[in-house]
Amino acid sequence: MLGPVRVRDGNPWHMSDAASGCRFGSGIERDEMGILLMDFEWTLFFQFMIIGLASGSLIALIALGYTLVYGIIELINFAHGEVFMMGAFFAATLVVVTGVTSDSSTGLIVSVLILTLLASMAFSGLLNAAIDKLAYSRLRKAPRLAPLIAAIGMSFILQNIAIYWKGPNPFTGPDLIPSEIRSYNVLQEWPLLRDWFADSTLRLRLIDLFVIGVTIPLLIILSWFVYRTRIGTAMRATAQDREAAALMGIDINRTIGVAFLLGGGLAGAAGMVALFYNNSGRFQMGFTYGLFAFTAAVLGGIGNLAGAVVGGFLIGLIWSYSDGFMGTFVSGWGSQWTNSVIFSILILVLVFRPSGLLGQEVADKV
Amino acid sequence: MSQTATLSPTGDSAVGTHATATKMLELRDVNTYYGHIHALKGITIDVNQGEIVTLIGSNGAGKSTTLKTISGLLAPRTGEVLLRGKRISGVPAHKVAAMRVAQSPEGRRVFPRMSVLENLQMGAFVHGKMDPDDLARVFDLFPRLKERINQKAGTMSGGEQQMLAIGRALMAKPDLLLLDEPSMGLAPILVEGIFSIVQDINKQGTTVLLVEQNALMALGIAQRGYVLQTGSILLTDNAQALLRNEMVRKAYLGEV
Repeated sequence: MLGPVRVRDGNPWHMSDAASGCRFGSGIERDEMGILLMDFEWTLFFQFMIIGLASGSLIALIALGYTLVYGIIELINFAHGEVFMMGAFFAATLVVVTGVTSDSSTGLIVSVLILTLLASMAFSGLLNAAIDKLAYSRLRKAPRLAPLIAAIGMSFILQNIAIYWKGPNPFTGPDLIPSEIRSYNVLQEWPLLRDWFADSTLRLRLIDLFVIGVTIPLLIILSWFVYRTRIGTAMRATAQDREAAALMGIDINRTIGVAFLLGGGLAGAAGMVALFYNNSGRFQMGFTYGLFAFTAAVLGGIGNLAGAVVGGFLIGLIWSYSDGFMGTFVSGWGSQWTNSVIFSILILVLVFRPSGLLGQEVADKV
Repeated sequence: MSQTATLSPTGDSAVGTHATATKMLELRDVNTYYGHIHALKGITIDVNQGEIVTLIGSNGAGKSTTLKTISGLLAPRTGEVLLRGKRISGVPAHKVAAMRVAQSPEGRRVFPRMSVLENLQMGAFVHGKMDPDDLARVFDLFPRLKERINQKAGTMSGGEQQMLAIGRALMAKPDLLLLDEPSMGLAPILVEGIFSIVQDINKQGTTVLLVEQNALMALGIAQRGYVLQTGSILLTDNAQALLRNEMVRKAYLGEV
């Protein structure tokens, strides 16, 4: 049925009527040989989908940290974006410390990547738990505004530590992954794909697969942890009714600590991956990603784990399409509109569906 | 205080009959506060091993506060709570739970987004793993729970949630079971069922401290009772004597 599937695009003779405007919709056809002819718009559509899914993975990982903590103590941890940023900074420093560079052997590079990932997770996890112990745990019984302001304060402290650490300017990611590997386009290199996408300009780089390849296993491990382990069960019970959970013998403070550790660990993984994906870092990176991830968590329904993942991917796709794709249809549309689009969506969700896409209404406590 | 003094002679004799029994729980001059509000004003209560003791009183008398002070959800400012002679006041709730004290809290407080089975598993959390015999026993007492084993607790009726809250407490194999208003919001026929089950649980060796607004039912199954009013113990006696007490009849049994 598939026949000799091949994708061809960007071919001038097939773009003949492109000048007349958008032909989106009739843009994928088969020729008499069964070869898929794809309009350039469609190629762009898929290209920005790849970018959106990669950014969405990162946002989802960060959004889970917001939602895990909110689910248990109803605190928006405004320092969470900075915990992500610190994970990236830690990864950048650690790679330099190991002395391994892109000239080293492949085995060594892969080992350092894995080590850096695990170490960044541990670093950000412990950092997040330490912030809770230091700042928020003392305010558990205070009015809600107090820990919220403490969180904003922690985020400023961490940003300033980051400026002290690596300066205020953007820095290039560590020289670890050789650039030919970074931009290695699997659609042109891997056997079967190479045949299908021979005439296509679509690019799926190894670095894109790296992002998704780190995220998906982490999501699976997290859901296993939350739904299958004793501590995960304790977390869910605590999120649903803290007092009742204490009566069951659950140590609430420890459970809250685990939620911070877990959320921080995911943010650390995202920080490490973002560093290599963007090949750059800056003390403000936590602000941008953090705000988008917070929006994702609210969009999905804050407190709901699946919601954070769905929201993360949605925001990633919207981000990517607004940055690069919408300009094809609306002249002058570019990344300068992305924030407006994302926050307009946030406002619409809050107005029409305040509990988010997957969030439940708060259950009545009779 | 003067009322306590005039009404207590019978109470003393009742306590006297249990003087040789092992004390499961003692509250000694307990004072508990919510912020500035003085909720418990010098409460002294004894519960002997194997008894059903009931705390009766109107809304806001401090019944639930007393249970929360025992289970560690609240810490008394002064006075002490002793479990089997060991001080537990100020010990956090999760550690009290590990000492075989289980509470079925006011308002049921089942985990709404967990299934019946998961709620019962939570009850056995202190033991790590659920004992199948305990599960069988709970299903024996409450066949309805077995029918709804996979239903989310939040979607069940009030009566079913009450059964689940009691069943969940039993999964902890408690020596001391604290029941807070098990009759609240239930149809009369269900109330009778619940109380006869409480008696069964007690006969199987669990000491019960029962908080109730339905004084008639509670005194019907209890050996002894305490009457609370605005944070103080108004009187205490054996259950039969309290049922005959004119003041109790007027104030709590709705007789004129």
